[in-house]
Amino acid sequence: MWLEILAVIFNLRTLNAAIRMSTPIALAAMGGAFSERAGVINIGLEGMLLVGAFAGAVGSYATGSALLGTLLGVAAGAATAAVFSIFTVEFRANHVVAGVGINILALGLTTWLMQVVWRTRGISPAVARVQSIRIPLISDIPVIGQVIGVQSPFVFVMIALIVGGWVLLFRTPLGLRIRMTGEHPEAADTLGINVRFIKHFSVILGGALCGFGGAYLSIGNIGRFSMGMSAGRGFMGLAANIFGQWNPIGGLGASMLFSYADAVQIRLQTMEIALPHQIIQMIPYLLTIVILAGGVVKSRPPAALGNHYRSGGGT
Amino acid sequence: MTRKTDETTLPAGARSRPSSSSEAVRSALTELGLSAFAIVLALVISALLMVTLGYNVALAYQSMFRGAFGSLHGISQTLLRATPLLFTGFAVAIAFRAGLFNIGAEGQLYWGALACALVALTVEGLPQPIAVGLPLLAAGIAGFLWGAVPGILKAKTGAHEVITSIMLNSIAIFATTHITSRYFKAPGAVDQTERIVAAAVMPQIIPGTGLTAGILLGVAIAALVAWFFGHTALGYDFQAVGRNADAAEYGGVSSKRIQVLAMGFGGIMAGVAGGIVVLSLLNRFVANFSPGYGFTGIAVAVLGRGNPWGVVLAALLFGALDSGGMSMQLFARIPSDLTIVVQGLVIILVAAPAALRAMVRWRKPKVEPVDVA
Repeated sequence: MWLEILAVIFNLRTLNAAIRMSTPIALAAMGGAFSERAGVINIGLEGMLLVGAFAGAVGSYATGSALLGTLLGVAAGAATAAVFSIFTVEFRANHVVAGVGINILALGLTTWLMQVVWRTRGISPAVARVQSIRIPLISDIPVIGQVIGVQSPFVFVMIALIVGGWVLLFRTPLGLRIRMTGEHPEAADTLGINVRFIKHFSVILGGALCGFGGAYLSIGNIGRFSMGMSAGRGFMGLAANIFGQWNPIGGLGASMLFSYADAVQIRLQTMEIALPHQIIQMIPYLLTIVILAGGVVKSRPPAALGNHYRSGGGT
Repeated sequence: MTRKTDETTLPAGARSRPSSSSEAVRSALTELGLSAFAIVLALVISALLMVTLGYNVALAYQSMFRGAFGSLHGISQTLLRATPLLFTGFAVAIAFRAGLFNIGAEGQLYWGALACALVALTVEGLPQPIAVGLPLLAAGIAGFLWGAVPGILKAKTGAHEVITSIMLNSIAIFATTHITSRYFKAPGAVDQTERIVAAAVMPQIIPGTGLTAGILLGVAIAALVAWFFGHTALGYDFQAVGRNADAAEYGGVSSKRIQVLAMGFGGIMAGVAGGIVVLSLLNRFVANFSPGYGFTGIAVAVLGRGNPWGVVLAALLFGALDSGGMSMQLFARIPSDLTIVVQGLVIILVAAPAALRAMVRWRKPKVEPVDVA
């Protein structure tokens, strides 16, 4: 049995699956990174993923085009985030409460609307989906070809977005403004940075990323929407963001680690090897608690995370 | 009335308490008014949604109201569904008072439910009050232990209780599923325990309706919580830490001890919520059973604005939405999940008192309250 387990762990197909499965989590993690770097705690990632998944499926169903579906998913994620940012930034709603509200609203709306659209409460009919692509030369290379030679286009776009997001956050003036807003909004304001704009921008960008990740779940993979299909991936993204130190690339690394454990667990389950799979599924969450409690590396969230800021008068 | 604390950093409770009793009444009424306004607004937005999709709004709300309050059966259903939410509402509200956010009620509820079911499997032959009481005690203890963890992590390492609680929620769901499927699984496809002993089933207060004594326990708890915060030294310490941990520390209160206790006490409530669901609805532990009682508890606490009786009212409202939703689906042919939309809207609106105030002001400029902060 141990040989079989090792064979699964060191299997290129497991790695292939892990990269695929990390897509929505890494995108949610980057969404969380942008939002939290600008000082807004974003518990609503889960809901934004779910809305993206639903809108992606509806768009694909209505137009027959998976590309248009994906765009609708991105737009819906951004719109959900816009509601969240208006309430947290303009109306100074408690970030955590508003985030919980967004998650419940997203679950209610998508479950309700799927019955309006498809008259079913479980799983939608099949809609047009984005097919996996084979990269001509890379897929012929022995090891790398098996890992990323044949993948969903979402995976490649995700990797490009992560790199782009890292550049934006750490190598551009806008990124500096975002980070400054989350660290010290008063100082940022003094320097003429529009703190409110930066917060809205970062949260909505994060929502668009979640919308894209959600669209991957529904039309990038199985080509259907099912009730509550985000299934905790937004919370996992929240964990990956912390694990990755509020950095998109770190978030991707954490997401891949989490997904790798998950992929191993799923493959073992299909082989009917009786490993306690719930215990394996717990690992990401346990690791995050250990990280947060300062056991492994020093983690430090943005200094003004969760605070409200109003120009010219206190927090 | 001027309040200097930022009203929005903490949803309720943790805010400064008014000095005189007439002011207390007035402020409670303002809070109640804001919550009521949020509910009305959420119902209006949902109505607009229904109109857009071509549904009959009048019929929808009429059948919802009838379903929730129109018959003895409806009222019992409302109370039955309100019961777990009452407890998870307190799980969140108690921690709020000490300035902490217990988003981990969901996980505490699972441990409470599992502990309760395991004890309730073994209480054969005991008189009913003990056969019901012991499992509930186990539920409370399990909830306390799991709930105290984020409090300890916060006190010892400064780890934010919101994030650790969210992680602990997932861990609790996986762990209880694992324990059930591996050690206590009843034969069959579902990961669930055997049926609990008959004596441990919570007695019904209106026979035939399914409404159990859990709701009475809930009301008793509300009185207990009101007494705790109004008349005990520990309750006063909770609120002192909630208002200003540094000042409380200066005054000789160990804020770390209070943080652990507040999360633990919240955990007791959530654990008992899980226990009551097991003893009065499921009669066994079922893996993954909760439709989000813990998360709705956050809504209940926020809507109740930290006031124990406000929490009772809010739990009743959510119970009514739940039971009314069923009859809305039946008579108006509108999927009952619309009530979840209403819940989500209520939470978001209540989270932003500034938004509600702005809207009230815009409508009636004369009763403009003193701008806060």
